[in-house]
Amino acid sequence: MNGKSEVTERYIELYKENIDKISGVSSHYINSFREAAFEKFRELGIPTKKNEAYKYTNLNIFFDHDYKSYFMPVTSDFVKAEEFRCDVADLDTHGIVLLNGFYPTINEKLRQLPSGVWIGSLNEAAVRFADKIEKHYGKYAKTETDGLIHLNTAMASDGVFIYVPEGVTLTKPVQIVNLVQSDEDMFNQHRNLIIVEKNAEFSLIICDHTLSPKKFLTNAVTEVFVGENAHFDIIRVQNEHNNACKITHTFIHQEKNSVASSNNMTLHGGLIRNSTYHYLGGEGAESYSYGLFLADKWQHIDNFVNVDHASPHCTSNQLFKGVLDDMSTGAFNGRILVRPDAQGTLAYQKNNNILLTDDAKMDTKPQLEIYADDVKCSHGATVGQLDDDALFYLQSRGINKREARLMLMFGFAHEVIQNIKIEALRERMDNLVMQRLKGELSRCASCMVKCG
Amino acid sequence: MEKDQDKILSDVTSGEYKYGFYSDIEMDRIPKGLSEDVVRIISGKKNEPEWLLDFRLKAYRHWLIMKMPTWPNLKIPPINYQEIIFYAAPKLRKNLNSIDDIDPELKKTFDKLGIPLDEQKHLAGVAVDAVIDSVSVKTTFKETLAEMGIIFCSFSDAVKEYPDLVKRYMGSVVPYTDNFFATLNSAVFSDGSFCYIPKGVRCPMELSTYFRINSANTGQFERTLLIADEESYVSYLEGCTAPSRDENQLHAAIVEIVAEKNAEVKYSTVQNWYPGNKEGKGGVFNFVTKRGICKGENSKISWTQIETGSAITWKYPSCILRGDNSTGEFYSVAVTNNYQQADTGTKMIHIGKNTKSTIVSKGISAGKGQNSYRGLVKVLKNATNARNFSQCDSLLLGDKCGAHTFPYIEVDNQTAIVEHEATTSKIGEDQIFYCNQRGISTDDAIGLIVNGYAREVINKLPMEFAVEAQKLLQISLEGSVG
Repeated sequence: MNGKSEVTERYIELYKENIDKISGVSSHYINSFREAAFEKFRELGIPTKKNEAYKYTNLNIFFDHDYKSYFMPVTSDFVKAEEFRCDVADLDTHGIVLLNGFYPTINEKLRQLPSGVWIGSLNEAAVRFADKIEKHYGKYAKTETDGLIHLNTAMASDGVFIYVPEGVTLTKPVQIVNLVQSDEDMFNQHRNLIIVEKNAEFSLIICDHTLSPKKFLTNAVTEVFVGENAHFDIIRVQNEHNNACKITHTFIHQEKNSVASSNNMTLHGGLIRNSTYHYLGGEGAESYSYGLFLADKWQHIDNFVNVDHASPHCTSNQLFKGVLDDMSTGAFNGRILVRPDAQGTLAYQKNNNILLTDDAKMDTKPQLEIYADDVKCSHGATVGQLDDDALFYLQSRGINKREARLMLMFGFAHEVIQNIKIEALRERMDNLVMQRLKGELSRCASCMVKCG
Repeated sequence: MEKDQDKILSDVTSGEYKYGFYSDIEMDRIPKGLSEDVVRIISGKKNEPEWLLDFRLKAYRHWLIMKMPTWPNLKIPPINYQEIIFYAAPKLRKNLNSIDDIDPELKKTFDKLGIPLDEQKHLAGVAVDAVIDSVSVKTTFKETLAEMGIIFCSFSDAVKEYPDLVKRYMGSVVPYTDNFFATLNSAVFSDGSFCYIPKGVRCPMELSTYFRINSANTGQFERTLLIADEESYVSYLEGCTAPSRDENQLHAAIVEIVAEKNAEVKYSTVQNWYPGNKEGKGGVFNFVTKRGICKGENSKISWTQIETGSAITWKYPSCILRGDNSTGEFYSVAVTNNYQQADTGTKMIHIGKNTKSTIVSKGISAGKGQNSYRGLVKVLKNATNARNFSQCDSLLLGDKCGAHTFPYIEVDNQTAIVEHEATTSKIGEDQIFYCNQRGISTDDAIGLIVNGYAREVINKLPMEFAVEAQKLLQISLEGSVG
């Protein structure tokens, strides 16, 4: 795994040219990680297909390209951010908009919600809540093989910071809208840190959108700390255009008796790679990881999940589904690791995929690595098509074939959607998926960028 | 109760390896080490034709530029190829015509192993090719089989007597560039079995090869080539043992199977190499490349393996389903006890239309054993209506062992249906309690449950071997359950 490829070289140069600028706007503590991370990135490079975790995803098509990157937010940004209307119209949330990876200057950079919850820019928080940042930043995003995470640590300059204090239940979810808009092809990275303290309860929605028809590459890292007895849900809604590449790495660290869930809803995107790492670091923790993607044209969607049972008596459940149309390709790589002495583990994993055309392709790699004996673990993976018998059944009851197919596909997708706890969002997702399955491009319906 | 179980567990896992004896046979050995000269010496000793020497040298030169892969989930101590003896053969008297011409010590060895070199004895339904270290010493029932046109002989004999067949098929399924150990084998392979079933013949008896490592410091590199011509059927068995020694011995074999139109091949392995002692010292490294190709329509290849021995097992018996309507099967029970490690599984490559494959893998880990299933199911673009079902279960006996599953599924055709499921668990206390209640001791209950668990695979073995395998399973796990 020699990282000295030309592509890697490109990002090494980018780092060298801009590191002074980046360090200039970030806090000392965040800067203190950069050099070591850069060295690591230099060693590992941009992952290639030789990297087992990226075996089915070719990143070069997006990484080997000249992008503009900028490391300071532009003042006019907030106007653009304001123009955007969200997909989920009747969803009552505390909104945050990130534009090209930066927290725009539209509001105060860090604000306090009524219950004592802080949301705002990571850069700003690094100054104001130095103690919290020092306690959590860079502690959970650990990797020995993935150069992209190090690239993010080395260069990301802003992102979202959320702090939910002990015992607080936030009834309204927080919604982060990631917008990408530029007149030039652009590469951006951002870094989020979410701290949910003991006994707190909190849901987060992250929506990804592209607003201009340029080539975009995003490499984002989110670190989440979920304290004892805390509840945390994260839902990603990804709806980007076909020329965008979105790479997310989410690290969820859980303490004793906490419950966390992650849900990746991928409606559209050129190349999407979601890596979700669940670390069950305390007894009795529960983690749920869901994912649904609907791919068509030349899209490539890759979901990578790693559930690390580091403590006894934890439960985990994974459910990932994909529908592949046209020439799209999909990949799933789910791993359950049960460490020695993590007795009493229950871990399940399921991956189902439907191929709709001859040109679609699905690669799946469910893995179990178990070093303890008092465990119940299972995984199942299927790749197939719609059930002929079910189709026939519906047709025999007077439902036409097209309708029957839609119903079956919708039912297939709904199994994932039904796990979304926020009702408005769940309904909206059902709606979007239905439209998407019918072939109405939901992405364009609410978009003001007339990309044609 | 718990203590009781622990005790029984430790009793079960402490079962002794009963084939660990060493026979003092007069041997012809070459000096240890590996070089181009060694390759030439081996070839020379066997009076090989020029083309075979060229094949070996090509492989050897290719091997020099290869590196041992590091991806398996195994901890393999470095192997020093200059410390291995690549050729060791019992000194044979000339003209082996009857059983009496065999070195009595040799015959004793095989009697002790329960392998009859004598055609009249029990197990009369099985023809055996006995391989000790680097050479085949005796093939039974050769003449009976020859009457039907079946060729069953040692690989060296085949090179001399049927060079065309060997030339045509050798390396056609596992090319010499295939992987590190296959390339090594291609350079230094010594002997093995060769079998050809002609058109329309159903082989009347089980064919079998028995491998025995005897000499110290030697590696065993044999090669089996099995060709089933159109409309033929053969069931083939392979067994193996080695003396107990403190050093690790390398066994890197190749098995190639070709099934033509409508042919069916059943290949069963009961692998019982010396697994090392309880502290993980010694044992055989079993790094084998096994692959079959279903060349013609409606052909079928079925692999069954019971893996109880070896310090490290690393092999993936695979099927290339090229002919339309062809079928591939893989049934495996792999047991790792004490410090044994296994990384085994299969590859099913669906190329032809309406191809089917079934994978049933049962892993049993005890003591500090690590057991991995690694498999690939690949459906190519033109393989319409391909069907695969995979089931990989793991049973954990003891809290220091591990069970791992690494399936790869790559589907490139929408009509394919591929299913994979896997479970991992230990023997439930309620299951044992249920048996206890009915007067079955915990020890017997565990034996019962393990056997029931492995039954699906053991049932695929020919009768005599199924009984043997069941016993083996019990011995391998003796004292390991809790």
